[in-house]
Amino acid sequence: MDNKIKMRAKNVDFFYGKNQALKNVSLDVYANHVTAMIGPSGCGKSTFIRLFNRMNELVSHTTLKGEIFLDDLEINSPLVDAVDIRRRVGMVFQKPNPFPKSIFENISYGLKVNGVKDKVFIEQKVEDSLKKAVIWGEVKDRLNDSALKLSGGQQQRLCIARCLAVETEVILFDEPCASLDPISTAKIEELILELKKDYSIVIVTHNMQQAARVSDYTGFFLLGELVEFGKTQDIFTAPKDKRTEAYITGRFG
Amino acid sequence: MKKDFSQNLGFFGLFVCMAATILALGSIIYFIVVRGFGVLSWNFFTQVPYSAMTKGGIAPVIVGTFYITLGAIIFALPLGLACAIYICEYSPKSIVVNIIRISINNLAGVPSVVFGLFGLAVFVKFFGFGVSILSGSLTLGILALPMIISSAQEALLAVPQSIREASFSLGATKWETIRNIVLPTALPGVLTGVILSIGRVAGETAPIIFTAAAFYTRGYPRSIFSEVMALPYHIYALMTEGAHPDKQRMIAYGCSLVLLFLVLLISAFAIFLRQRQRSSYG
Repeated sequence: MDNKIKMRAKNVDFFYGKNQALKNVSLDVYANHVTAMIGPSGCGKSTFIRLFNRMNELVSHTTLKGEIFLDDLEINSPLVDAVDIRRRVGMVFQKPNPFPKSIFENISYGLKVNGVKDKVFIEQKVEDSLKKAVIWGEVKDRLNDSALKLSGGQQQRLCIARCLAVETEVILFDEPCASLDPISTAKIEELILELKKDYSIVIVTHNMQQAARVSDYTGFFLLGELVEFGKTQDIFTAPKDKRTEAYITGRFG
Repeated sequence: MKKDFSQNLGFFGLFVCMAATILALGSIIYFIVVRGFGVLSWNFFTQVPYSAMTKGGIAPVIVGTFYITLGAIIFALPLGLACAIYICEYSPKSIVVNIIRISINNLAGVPSVVFGLFGLAVFVKFFGFGVSILSGSLTLGILALPMIISSAQEALLAVPQSIREASFSLGATKWETIRNIVLPTALPGVLTGVILSIGRVAGETAPIIFTAAAFYTRGYPRSIFSEVMALPYHIYALMTEGAHPDKQRMIAYGCSLVLLFLVLLISAFAIFLRQRQRSSYG
């Protein structure tokens, strides 16, 4: 299968102070596919995904070595503004984090900071995004209510809609279902499969079944190293590395 | 059985402490109300004082307190908030910032009369604003700054990192994030600081003695460069100067009651604002 590479990490080392969190990680993210990162807690998978939209810059005393590309653009080059990268690479976080604003404002916020002023366009975009995130039916009559009144699962779909509204090219999901019940989880997984038609998706997950269900490619992280990366089917049925096999069969982690 | 007893004894002790506090507070209010209520009348609120301040009302005094308090907040709120934003959101975490932070906290402990002398030297003399509403407002504003800064800092730090990250992840700049997400979320906390400082500022006497207050002015202040009568200083003046101490004392209690009520009213309004903020998004 010959896929277009959307994002690429090349020989990435990452440090929190003197602690090395990632060791020489190289990985490709393919366009219009879902790439999953699995591994035990603290293995560096969340740190890794946050490099793709330069989110780790917000944490002080960190050092990054290596290169990360979005298409052909090295995103950490001094000429590139983190804001421009984040407008192309969106993120959905582990815990639903809606703004303490109305449902409508949560979605329109991204458009406003990106300079959109046309009210009709914004209204249309809010509706489209909520529809795409399969939450429109539940909120269409109360767009002016506080987003904090929604349930956890609804809040997470709202956060996805918020991300969709700015029309990024890549969406990073950082354990998006970690705090959700099974029904909400199923809805979000369905949504991810739908979204890969238009987006390149990276998902970090603790849940191996989830990785198996939604992803096309899987990377297994252990202690800051990318132990194995390949097609999800291969990783789960014929892992090459013994540590991968041990993790997948549940012997540790 | 024994355990119950010691527990009851403990709770009783706590109750006694609480009751003593309430009693002290209650008796202050009681005496002020009992002694001050007699002089309250429509005229007391609407007339200017005359006959060596033994007759008429205290309308210009109330107006004066209102002006200098308002002036102090207008000056201190934006400055304090900006300072807190800079310290919390922009400045690198360094020794210098820590020293600044400690200095601000120490500023809160400086006796208010020292602020008064500072105001006299800087605003009254050096800038030549004279004894005026402007000088008094600026002096009281500086007094209120540490309170506003530290409560604003707390409010800013309480804004969860997760919603800041959400804003950044949508391509917002740091300033857009602060203006649209962090500040509105921190607003109720900032208002708390303003409430506290209004109460403090309206009641301060020492800082305005040299900078704003007059024993007596004819009528209402005309501009921000006018001297004013203000409630706390008026009370002090009535009790220490003048030729009719008995009549003046009654009026002083009346003024105390008005001051108490005014502070209560302002606080209640700010609490109302804060509650409304909270209940709409919380």
